[in-house]
Amino acid sequence: MSETTNNNTQNLSLDDGRRVKVLSPGMMVFKRFIRNRLAIAGICILVFMFAFSFLGGIISPYRQDQVFYKYDYANKEYAGAVVNTEYRYLTRDGSELPATTRAKFTLAAKSDAPSFEAGGTTYSLVKVADGFFRIGTSQELGSVTALGKIVDVKPAAGVTIADDLKKAAIAAVTGGQSTFELNGVTYTLTPGKAKSYTLAGAEDIALASMLAYDAYSTEFSDLINNFDFRLLSESAMHNGETSFELDGVTYHLDIESETTATISTGEGDAKTMVANVSNVIVNPVNSDMFLPMDYKAAVTDAIAAHESSFEYVNADGETEKHTIQISVNNYVISTNQKTMLIDMYAFPSKDHWLGTDDHGMDVLTRLMYGGRISLMVGFIVVFLELLIGIVIGGVSGYFGGWVDTLLMRFVDLFNSIPYYPMMIIAGALMDAFEVNPYTRIFMLMGIMGIMGWTGIARTVRGQILSLREQDFMVATEATGIRVSRRIFRHLVPNVMPLLIVQATMSLGSIILTEATLSFLGLGIKYPLASWGTIINSASNIYVMSNFWFIWIPAGILIVLTVLGFNFVGDGLRDAFDPKMKR
Amino acid sequence: MWKFIVRRISLAIVIILCGSFIIYGVMRCMPTSFVEGLARQRAAASATTGGASYEEWLEKLNEAYHMNDDVLTGFANWLGNVLKGDFGESWKYGMPVTEKFNDVIWYSVVLNVVTLILQVAICIPLGIQAARHQYSGFDYGITVFAMLCISLPTFFLATVLKYIFAVKLGWFDLYGIVGRYYEQLDNWGKAMDMLKHMVLPTLTLTMLNIGGLTRYTRTNMLEVLNADYIRTARAKGLSEKVVINRHAFRNTLIPLVSYMSYLVPSLFSGSMITETLYQIPGIGYIAYDAMVAGDLPFTMFYSVFGLVLTQISLMLADIMYAVVDPRVRVN
Repeated sequence: MSETTNNNTQNLSLDDGRRVKVLSPGMMVFKRFIRNRLAIAGICILVFMFAFSFLGGIISPYRQDQVFYKYDYANKEYAGAVVNTEYRYLTRDGSELPATTRAKFTLAAKSDAPSFEAGGTTYSLVKVADGFFRIGTSQELGSVTALGKIVDVKPAAGVTIADDLKKAAIAAVTGGQSTFELNGVTYTLTPGKAKSYTLAGAEDIALASMLAYDAYSTEFSDLINNFDFRLLSESAMHNGETSFELDGVTYHLDIESETTATISTGEGDAKTMVANVSNVIVNPVNSDMFLPMDYKAAVTDAIAAHESSFEYVNADGETEKHTIQISVNNYVISTNQKTMLIDMYAFPSKDHWLGTDDHGMDVLTRLMYGGRISLMVGFIVVFLELLIGIVIGGVSGYFGGWVDTLLMRFVDLFNSIPYYPMMIIAGALMDAFEVNPYTRIFMLMGIMGIMGWTGIARTVRGQILSLREQDFMVATEATGIRVSRRIFRHLVPNVMPLLIVQATMSLGSIILTEATLSFLGLGIKYPLASWGTIINSASNIYVMSNFWFIWIPAGILIVLTVLGFNFVGDGLRDAFDPKMKR
Repeated sequence: MWKFIVRRISLAIVIILCGSFIIYGVMRCMPTSFVEGLARQRAAASATTGGASYEEWLEKLNEAYHMNDDVLTGFANWLGNVLKGDFGESWKYGMPVTEKFNDVIWYSVVLNVVTLILQVAICIPLGIQAARHQYSGFDYGITVFAMLCISLPTFFLATVLKYIFAVKLGWFDLYGIVGRYYEQLDNWGKAMDMLKHMVLPTLTLTMLNIGGLTRYTRTNMLEVLNADYIRTARAKGLSEKVVINRHAFRNTLIPLVSYMSYLVPSLFSGSMITETLYQIPGIGYIAYDAMVAGDLPFTMFYSVFGLVLTQISLMLADIMYAVVDPRVRVN
């Protein structure tokens, strides 16, 4: 034994079969395959595609349905301002001024009447300045008659008139005044019959003004609704006084125009802004927005100064330029505002290597996830086709006769059904039932598998027809192996090389078909993507001509992948059967 | 031979019948049918004037379009009319199906014939050259090019061509068969305008089809060149030209003719995707529109037409094979 092994190599003759290094059939195929440059190129492409799709999705920092936003400056309407031409009323605590009274007041104010009646009550109105009235309820106290130099005051029934009031009334009548004030109460003298006046004491219950007050801070919001504060400040404003006193506090008025002023208290460092007075009312365009006081002040100042734009330093310390446009009584203030927008069709950048698509999603990430779906669809459909094809082809080829005829006619029938019409109808069906996108993929794969198995069935049948006549099949019959085992364990493995080639080639064509269907809108639906749906956006001419980065990469990926599968399939065919060059 | 042909034809008829029944059934299952769409439209239009409601319209229209029959009766009626030569009236286009077909088919035929001629003119020389210089750089180049053409998705190729030639260079229009000023042109100008619009679709179709035929020619040529009689021809001292053109090429013609006879009927079937992409009103585009709209008569006609063409081309391939190659005996 040991001798023979030692002399093994020496004793063999030159043409001895054992001298030739025999490779297993599998090794032969493998060797022939890796010698094929195109096949290796195909393998490289496919490895890249798989890495891109399956690893890329993990590495990518984005999700496939992540929408990106950007900030942009857009000239947007920010606030509106209106010059107030209506009276605004402030009633004293405990008093009220019903709407009808307000309407009556407006009429009386227009006709300069000293009093008016509403709801059975006589109201007196005192015009302090244009657009500023004090409204009081009058109570008749008596009458004043002036006969020459003698002025007599007659109290009304049940009323006593104090001496100082009498004096003041007499002074007013001789002075020709129609109102006078005493101890904070206004008295009116309404001319009646022949040199007699009706004396009425009016207590102020409300103010009517065209000016609006805005408190600088909430601590002053009660103050600006205080009757006395309003009365004093507005009177001071109309009289051109720069300060007034209320409850021991001195307030300073900074009058900018007839209708605009700022009220502050304290001096120097202790100066606190109290309120802004203006006949301009500033409101934000959106009700959910809050306009700070200094902004409102800036707007009223600018309007008072008849400026068409002003600058405002916002809360972040940035200077914003606001422009004012006038339309009738309204001012529209607009500014370049920072707005959050969906970042659509962004050009390739460091963050988005291939830009973003029409939904503001990262194109590269979409391509990665789309690749997963495209490849997955390819493999699952091929698996389905193989499954159906092998069973039907195997049964048909093994049994022959009428089974074969029947099944092959069935194959013919399936083959003759026009593919795209069928797919269009199927797509419309799925649309109508609003199948969810995930289920839709599986249904699509099922339909594609069912429509595409005939080629494989034919191959299997053709091969098995010739294989079943061979001796090894006689042997299986002799050993009594059951039919299903004979077909699927002994015949089909012999067809495998051819099937592998065919499956690889059809992987490419399935990816193409799926892409075409998705392109036509019959395949994968948003938010999922396949390469076909990504190119679909190019059916919009605007996108096609301006944003190449959305659709060209997807197309290149499809072409490369299909090319890879074709190269590998071709290489496999050459490797399995070097004689059969196709 | 005759027995074979008769059997083949009867089989084709059975397949055509079954296939058209399947299409009919599926079309009837389509959930948003043409009739429903029309009823909705009519109901909306007459809603303001207090006309019939959607349900009433649907009922009336279903009656008018014979949609109340069950699938079997409907198919039988349709088949009966077809046997009388009446394919009905297209719902979408409002004219007899055959008339519409006659209007549009010629666009497809012209497109496909030009494509076929170009394809043959390019592929056969390329395939032969590649086979003669097997494993040379040229051969690799041709193989890669052919593979690339096979791998191109129609829509991507069409979009790229549009992008380059229509958007960037502005040589051609993006869509359509006629230009904007078609009506103002004289007859010659009209013809040239149409031809100009055919350029991109033809280019697309040619590029897509080039790969298959080139590879097929190359494979068959290689097979022939390895045959003994070529060695004999060379041994006789025939010039390479004669060997290739008279001995090798003629024998390559056998599979090529059968391959192309398979293509001939497809000249009439149109190319749905390409025509739709370029909006060439050929049979493919028109049928696609009809299908999407749920136009039953037109879809049925188109499908049956397709079925008939496929069967004819299969039979032609079988018969032509026997004609070209006398060694082939049927059965």
